[in-house]
Amino acid sequence: MSQIEAFKHAQPVPDDIAVSTRNICKTYGTVEALKDMTLEFPRGQLTSLLGPSGCGKTTLLKIIAGLLPPTSGEVTVNGKPVTGPGPDRAFVFQDFALLPWATVLRNVAFGLELRGVARSEREDIAARYIREVGLSGFEQAYPHELSGGMRQRVGLARALSVDAQVLLMDEPFSAVDEQTRRKFQEDLLALVQNENKTFIFVTHSIEEAVYVSDQIAILLPRPSRVSEIIRPTGFRQKSADSIRRDPEYLDIVDDIWASLRSYVE
Amino acid sequence: MVYRPLFLKLLSALILFGAWEIAGRIPVSYAFPTFLDSAAALWRMTIDGSLFVAYAETLKPLVTGVAISTVLGIGLGIWIGLSRVFDWLFSPIFVVMQSAPLAALIPLLVMAYGIGLTSKVFVVCIMAMPVIVLNTAGAVRHTPENIKAMCSSFMGTRIDMLFKIIIPAASPLIFSGLRLGISAGFIGAILSELKITPTGVGDIITFSRSIADYPSMYAAIFSIIVLAVLFLNLLERTEKHLFKGNDRGYVSD
Amino acid sequence: MKLFGITLPAMSSLILWGLLWEVVGQAELTFFVPPLSEVVRTLITIIGTPSFLSALGETAYAFGMGVFFSILIGVPTGILMGRSRLLDELLLPWVNVFLSAPLTALVPVLMVLFGFGMKSIIITTALFAIWIIILNARTGVRQINRSLVEMARSFGASPVEAFFKVYLWAALPEILGGVRIGIIRAVKGVIIGQLLISIAGFGALFELYSTNFMMAHFWAVLLVLFALAFSISEFLAYLERKVAYYAAVR
Repeated sequence: MSQIEAFKHAQPVPDDIAVSTRNICKTYGTVEALKDMTLEFPRGQLTSLLGPSGCGKTTLLKIIAGLLPPTSGEVTVNGKPVTGPGPDRAFVFQDFALLPWATVLRNVAFGLELRGVARSEREDIAARYIREVGLSGFEQAYPHELSGGMRQRVGLARALSVDAQVLLMDEPFSAVDEQTRRKFQEDLLALVQNENKTFIFVTHSIEEAVYVSDQIAILLPRPSRVSEIIRPTGFRQKSADSIRRDPEYLDIVDDIWASLRSYVE
Repeated sequence: MVYRPLFLKLLSALILFGAWEIAGRIPVSYAFPTFLDSAAALWRMTIDGSLFVAYAETLKPLVTGVAISTVLGIGLGIWIGLSRVFDWLFSPIFVVMQSAPLAALIPLLVMAYGIGLTSKVFVVCIMAMPVIVLNTAGAVRHTPENIKAMCSSFMGTRIDMLFKIIIPAASPLIFSGLRLGISAGFIGAILSELKITPTGVGDIITFSRSIADYPSMYAAIFSIIVLAVLFLNLLERTEKHLFKGNDRGYVSD
Repeated sequence: MKLFGITLPAMSSLILWGLLWEVVGQAELTFFVPPLSEVVRTLITIIGTPSFLSALGETAYAFGMGVFFSILIGVPTGILMGRSRLLDELLLPWVNVFLSAPLTALVPVLMVLFGFGMKSIIITTALFAIWIIILNARTGVRQINRSLVEMARSFGASPVEAFFKVYLWAALPEILGGVRIGIIRAVKGVIIGQLLISIAGFGALFELYSTNFMMAHFWAVLLVLFALAFSISEFLAYLERKVAYYAAVR
């Protein structure tokens, strides 16, 4: 934990905290999935949870979403403790979780449908976000007619359309091809800039985490713990296509790999 | 917690047999004996050996029919799966047979082959064979291309291909076909004993019904269901023993 | 199958078998196989007769009722088993037993309990169909993608909403698959019931024709019955393929 202290001194942490987890533990029988996780997620920024497989990053995300109850500890969103899923958070799934029997329009509107928004209203909102994610013209298409990347755009539009303050993304780009993923990452940067939302982003790609994050929490397995918090600052203001050539970007990627490589089996 | 599955199985048996006992005590019908009476009848028939005599009779057409269907069905299925001509020629027959109520053929079989063993073996075969043939053929036809290519690339012969690749790859579906085929064979064997001539277990059922000895009738029915379940369990064990890697899953006709 | 570069339709070999039937019949090799042409002629003469129509009606009624009850009871039972672990562990062993048990042995019980009439035939039909319907509905519910369930929860769906908007639809391909197999089994069940319980419907016609050695009539009715069973099975397979597109992307 001393490293976290060190980073707190080195870089200023914004004091406006949207989501925080305090001493989260999660055990399955005798297996300890998470141990004493304490993390803070600044408002309006993107925080990545990065780590090798088995470090509990997805478990932590699902606890924040309210899909899993923690064994002990507390999650607060805007100071209010989380007891289950709530309208302040929206989830983007790794495998998209689209309804195969529903059109793109109904899929995007599904979150609003469950909230009891009237049909015409929710379809207007959905149509707007379908346009925003670049799927105009596909409103009446079914998921099986779309490519993987387009399906995830539907999942993203669904999460955006409920207008939650916190967006939880569980390895959202891992099931799409490399080129689509790059496009997604660039779009995500724009999204963080334009929407005043808090993003919590789970990934196993070091490059992806460094590229898109304001803050990276590095988790290590056995027992699961936060090893480091990194806040890349130098290249955040640069344009999307020059980040990958920035020396600080490359250094951080190398550093993270150096600290993770011994944990990769 | 370790004993939960076993405990629940016992509990579930207890609930069913308990309900049977209570329904028999009320009684829901004059023709509905209690569980204990039926169990006593089963015990009596086991002790005096009449059950074994009956099964010796019932198993004759059943085992013969199942054996013929297994050998012929798997052989024909592999052939159909490998040859396009045979597929075109024979598949439609078995597809129609599988969806058709073949029990309707029984009066014809009786006319052609009399009321003896031959007719009964025939009934078991026509009930059991279609699903065995179709499952085998389907599985053989859909052997993954990449492992077949692997076999040829490592210089496997056609015989290697058949016995080391195609049949093992098809074995889960072949066994599920056998499971369905054998259970259909049981249906056929009992049907022929009830419909053609009462022999074996069918005789116990028919006779005890005619003299209103309902406990014996229920006991005989119970015993044949138990036998079918045991038989299929044995098949499952055989599969697990022969093909250790097989995934267990239900595939149905 | 290709012949001279032309792809032959899948079931076209049946024409060949029909020709073989005709030849065997014309050659009078056996009394039991009259020529196909004679069977077809007989078929045309009996198809409009009252005895045929009433047999068809009786069979269709027993079949329809049996299928109706097996779906009505089977689908909800299967869904409940898929959702509740306790219920599943209590019921599954028995469902598996009855799925593979020789159900014909139970028919005599039905006869003494419910009489020698339509009621027993309907129950026999339902008994043949219901177990696979239960089992498939259960499988359908159990293999629903976890993230679809989590998605519904994370967007705040109530249990009832989640059931009607997500679970039921996600399990639909399996449920329909179970209903298709169940219906094929019901066709067999209804005929077995008619042969064993009371000589009614098509069962009666088969008895009548075989005891009077009316071979052409016998084969004609058999042909109609097989054709009906096959059409029902193919129609249901077609329906199932229509929802198959989404079974693949769940």
